[in-house]
Amino acid sequence: MSEPLLEARGLTKRFPGVVALNAVNFAARAGEVHALMGENGAGKSTLIKCLTGVYPRDEGEVTLGSRVIHPRSPREAEAAGISTVYQEVNLIPDLSVAENICLGRQSTTFGLLRWGAMRTRARAALARLGLTLDVSLPLTSYSIAIQQLVALARAIDVAAKVLILDEPTSSLDEREVAELFAIVRRLRDEGMAVIFVTHFLDQVYEIADRITVLRNGQLIGEFPVAALPRLQLVARMMGRDVKEIEAMDHRPAAAPRSGEAPPVLAVRGFGRRASVKPVELAVHAGEVLGFAGLLGSGRTELARLLFGIDQADCGTLEIDGRPATVRSPQAALARRFGFTPEDRKTAGILPNLTVRENLIVALQVRRGLWKRIPRVEQDALVAKFVAALGIKTSGPEQLIKNLSGGNQQKVILSRWLATEPRLLILDEPTRGIDVGAQADIERLIAKFRDEGLAVIFICSETAELARNSQRILVLRDRAKVAELSGAAVCEESIIHAIAGGASPPAGPAGP
Amino acid sequence: MKFRVPAQLIPLAASAAVLVLLYAGGCLAFDGFTSPRVVINLFGDNAFVGVAAVGATFVILSGGIDLSVGAVVALTTISVAALLGHGVPPLAAVLLVLAGGAAFGAFLGFIIHWFELPPFLITLGGMFLARGLGFMVHPESLGITHPFYGETVGGLAIPVAHVTTASGRVQTLTLPFTAQCFLAVVLVASVAAKWTRFGRNVYAIGSSESSARLMGVPVGKTKILVYTLAGFLSALGGVVATFYMQSGNPASFVGLELDAIAAVVIGGTLLRGGVGFISGTLVGVLILGIIQTLINFKGDLNTWWTKIAIGGLLLVFIMLQQALSRRRRE
Amino acid sequence: MSVVLPLVLWIALAAGLCFSRRSVVFWPLLALALLLLFNQLFTPGFFHVEIRGGHLYGTLIDILNQGAKVMLLALGMTLVIATGGVDLSVGAIMAIAGAVLAQRFVGAGWSPGLAIVAALALSVVAGAWNGLLVAVLRIQPIVATLILMVAGRGIAQLITDGQIITFENPTLVYLGNGFLLGLPFTLTLVLVMLALTAVLTRRTALGLFVEAVGDNETASHFTGLPARQVKFLAYVFAGFCAGLAGLVAASNIKCADSNHAGLYLELDAILAVVIGGTALTGGRFYLAGSMIGALLIQTLTQTLYMRNVSADIAPVPKAIVILAVCLLQSPKLRERLARLGGGRKRRAGA
Repeated sequence: MSEPLLEARGLTKRFPGVVALNAVNFAARAGEVHALMGENGAGKSTLIKCLTGVYPRDEGEVTLGSRVIHPRSPREAEAAGISTVYQEVNLIPDLSVAENICLGRQSTTFGLLRWGAMRTRARAALARLGLTLDVSLPLTSYSIAIQQLVALARAIDVAAKVLILDEPTSSLDEREVAELFAIVRRLRDEGMAVIFVTHFLDQVYEIADRITVLRNGQLIGEFPVAALPRLQLVARMMGRDVKEIEAMDHRPAAAPRSGEAPPVLAVRGFGRRASVKPVELAVHAGEVLGFAGLLGSGRTELARLLFGIDQADCGTLEIDGRPATVRSPQAALARRFGFTPEDRKTAGILPNLTVRENLIVALQVRRGLWKRIPRVEQDALVAKFVAALGIKTSGPEQLIKNLSGGNQQKVILSRWLATEPRLLILDEPTRGIDVGAQADIERLIAKFRDEGLAVIFICSETAELARNSQRILVLRDRAKVAELSGAAVCEESIIHAIAGGASPPAGPAGP
Repeated sequence: MKFRVPAQLIPLAASAAVLVLLYAGGCLAFDGFTSPRVVINLFGDNAFVGVAAVGATFVILSGGIDLSVGAVVALTTISVAALLGHGVPPLAAVLLVLAGGAAFGAFLGFIIHWFELPPFLITLGGMFLARGLGFMVHPESLGITHPFYGETVGGLAIPVAHVTTASGRVQTLTLPFTAQCFLAVVLVASVAAKWTRFGRNVYAIGSSESSARLMGVPVGKTKILVYTLAGFLSALGGVVATFYMQSGNPASFVGLELDAIAAVVIGGTLLRGGVGFISGTLVGVLILGIIQTLINFKGDLNTWWTKIAIGGLLLVFIMLQQALSRRRRE
Repeated sequence: MSVVLPLVLWIALAAGLCFSRRSVVFWPLLALALLLLFNQLFTPGFFHVEIRGGHLYGTLIDILNQGAKVMLLALGMTLVIATGGVDLSVGAIMAIAGAVLAQRFVGAGWSPGLAIVAALALSVVAGAWNGLLVAVLRIQPIVATLILMVAGRGIAQLITDGQIITFENPTLVYLGNGFLLGLPFTLTLVLVMLALTAVLTRRTALGLFVEAVGDNETASHFTGLPARQVKFLAYVFAGFCAGLAGLVAASNIKCADSNHAGLYLELDAILAVVIGGTALTGGRFYLAGSMIGALLIQTLTQTLYMRNVSADIAPVPKAIVILAVCLLQSPKLRERLARLGGGRKRRAGA
């Protein structure tokens, strides 16, 4: 094992109320690709941000080579030799490729920019990646994949020793990923230390030499890739011991009601380019259908398609056995669907409005602009749901932003329940809320099911998913890979399915 | 490789085409239009708008907006007139108001950046402030009689063409000093926008402020500098206006900021920032000027057609921009 | 009379302040009260009101009468700003409305009623134009409404053929100068429009929808809320209000002056809305706050006038008010003050 090039020891970062990183050790070695893995809230991005100077660290030491470093900004980290490529292309869309590579480090004579030198330098940086582009064209004349490579060229244009790739592949297709990987391999062979953050398991096994797993701000461990089979990796990311999984008793979940009635919602060959590969699914009244998969597996994207936020570009959709379309949230509402989004703060709550207004808004939309729900009825609805769901609030006129996460989530649930839905799509309804509220919401899901609702339940916690679902649809890399039902609805099979048994079809070789 | 106009150049190309068409149309329709005098006047009469519009271009490129332009120009004209009236030497007076304009812009830029407030409201406050201050300096129009204005500045005109009048006399046409200022400002600003780090940082901030910050662009410093530059150029526009009008008036140039913004947009600069050219603003100012000239030549066509024509052009160019940026997203 | 009216006013203000203690409206109301108090103490004759021919006259009445235009504009502007937009063209729409009114009545010989309907109809069309650009074509509101702001006065001049058309018709003159029950008719107009707007927004779901769209457009979209239609309606309504204000402005001076009618009033209206507590970023709106904001601006203008400050210099104090209001609303400043204040400040409702 070579000496670590970039090493963090005992790195700790606290935010008000949470320890985002707890005494984490991490080491990146020259000539190696080191994958950083973990589910939501594991501390991956906090670790990256501490290494690149976005956040100051609270405790611990970071050394580069043999020198202790204290970067205070991404720029300082870059000057020290740590460059980052982000998930979203963080470049200037309207400037030329050459400028994007050189911005902030242009050479000048008498204060005037040397455009010729800039273009030459940009071409050279791109050539290092095996790329030939017209560098004087604006960045937006190229595809996202090329833009990502331009960001990479910018990152290594300075004398980078450490390259951090923060989910660079989330918006690339297979061929583009293969090209990127060819370049990453070349950089690795040149002796660069590469830190690779991703959610795609196949990619990890394709490119990484070493894996570090984080969970809830804790270091779970560092492993050579060969020593960590898929199943173990997934188990560790999910906070399970493999032995524990193997020993786990297979509690059968409640058997699905095999009704005569057609499914409330069924789709066939339903998908959207660059979002979800065509899937087939059906959800019945009185049933909870779970979506399992890691972050970025396509589970949220599928939910958005079903609710009409994004439009499917292939496949058919049936409601109660009859062909139908759901091409907007308005249409979904009219079909009596409900959807609680994953990102409660930015897409769920109306933060500066009251609990009452947040609760009645969907029903009001259904009744229409002119038929205002009388105040008495509003208050009755609020009282009903506050009592039924146990929402802790100082009153219906409290602003929802001042409620705790769990109570906000219950208000959003109530918002849809008030419309008497037939299908509820719940995307991570228990994320970021306390244990008590989580148990409440799980109880509610069971209650909805018993009352005859169809529920689609998306969750990162396999145990929670297994507890609450009758059937489970497993997604990996934006495609449905398995459907579990009956006795198979258990953590072990979910994890097996997510990890995927066989190795995936290899992408085409690099250029 | 197939040749194609880069998307960023389409609005500028369209503006240039409009300018050429308007000029050609004028030449065909009116006898006197072909005279070089028309072109010279186009530059001379619109010099102060042009100088101020160059400042507005930087602000808009950075993703902001400046509503204080007209009021600052008016404040400058009356300040110069009052200072000269009090016996301050002309050069000192000019330098003083230029420094004042820059300081005023810096003040607005500082508030916008430091308190993260919308440029729209802050420069609106700046507009009222400058307008009122102008009346405090002197409540009504004040003529300038200083010989510097009549003789020195007048003597700076450069002969550029000879024309033969109807009576057969040969007349020398000169490019007035105001037009020279305008052209010099356009030249220097074009270099600053294209060839300096400051210029490129302005584009970067206007295109994506968050990316620019991550890429190490000094966002705050650049923004304050942009508004400082705009204040300075508005003041310079005011100085040029005093050369042109030989007077100062606190009530003048109401709505000049709209002309400036319209010239910038018609010149192909995107109002959301990040894309545009100083030379485009030159074209935009000339388009506004030539519309005015055409309407003057036509005689029986009324002045309000100017406003409607400018509004129509604005609409066309905003739609063009919208279509282009939509195409980009797809 | 000179004693009774101020007394009533002060009691009303005190009651208003007590009643609005915990509301956003408190601050602009307090500012208004302080400004009035200053005048009570230092500006002789400010509170003098007398009855002539059954009508009330005095500075306070002038404030109501002169403030009517901005109050009308502020009603529509409040809804537009609450959706997260802004409408720069209302001043120009005022000019158009005045022009249509005068041209139809004087030029085309229409009856006053028909001329009024025509003026309002064209104002609504202008508002719909803005709504089309913003809601359907999704052009940034400042940019979209700038078009009509620039072209509108030209259109108004086109309608009047560049003339300043004067009229003497009693019905039309009454709009801006008449008295009803001893008080200016404009006050009635404002109150009726305020009541109408309140009913329109609070008795239907429009108010909720407007606030939802302005507060969080994504979340609103996810609940199926028709955000585009709501925005469109807001601009149409702003156009209608601007039309009314334009009628009042024309009637005030008994003519249609396309160059000066409503000049810069869009800025006053935006200012009134912001002073009234509605944030420029959209969300919760306060119609009463906007009305108080408009009155505050007018009272400030009137105060300066009564204290012999030239009308030309009046923009300076106005600028100071704008900058102060902006700074007070700046989250950044609050953040910094909160850090200074330490832990003393409790979080509301926590």
